[in-house]
Amino acid sequence: MLTITNTSENGSHILALEGEVDASNSVMIDEAIQKLIGDGSKSIVVDGQKLEYISSAGLGVFMSYLEDFEEKNVDFKIFGLPEGVLEVFKILGLHQLMNIYPTKEAAFNS
Amino acid sequence: MEHRITIYCQTTALSELREFLRNTLTMPMLSESEKLQITLAVEEVCANLIIHSHQCNAADHIDLEVKESENKLIFEIKDQGIAFNLLDYEVPNLIKVKGEKRKGGLGIILVKKIMDEIEFESNKGTNTCRLIKWFHS
Repeated sequence: MLTITNTSENGSHILALEGEVDASNSVMIDEAIQKLIGDGSKSIVVDGQKLEYISSAGLGVFMSYLEDFEEKNVDFKIFGLPEGVLEVFKILGLHQLMNIYPTKEAAFNS
Repeated sequence: MEHRITIYCQTTALSELREFLRNTLTMPMLSESEKLQITLAVEEVCANLIIHSHQCNAADHIDLEVKESENKLIFEIKDQGIAFNLLDYEVPNLIKVKGEKRKGGLGIILVKKIMDEIEFESNKGTNTCRLIKWFHS
């Protein structure tokens, strides 16, 4: 079960993910990011504080947009990942390709 | 001790698989982080089979058996679909995945990094993928 809450703050669009991401629902994140890019967002921030689990299906969605973010000058950040979930990003080395922060404050002050 | 589950080949069965693994991976020597990673590796193999070998055909099924011995956990995943030997699958370069804007390819990397041993055999139409995790004390 995955819930995505979309809010905006100081010009940034925040996608708060709650629950578990797998191959059955990763399309929800895909569509949410696609829409923000389509709407011309220049700052997309993923709030991962309530993300309990993410499989490669969800990680792949983030990966597939990294080039688009660079091409369209979109600032993409993730914050608040619980330790176990962050560990999965690190196993793949994704922390070297994405801007990941421990807290919302750290993400917004960077 | 042995635990078994049969799941049908649809992606909605993955949460059922995780629930089964949550109830099975109760060994005190496993940290929460290890449990999550093992769950992830088993799910990645099953998701791959569901999507690529069975095209999400809910009439097909996958059998998972978890065997616990003194120093290791063995996850035996059996199906009757198109054989997919992940040992033959070349791990993609992450920069290449990014450049090609691909969504797939990360799951196999996770399985290979998380599990200590991977075995695959195909016999009379049944494929068996064995994932082995050693207990590190």
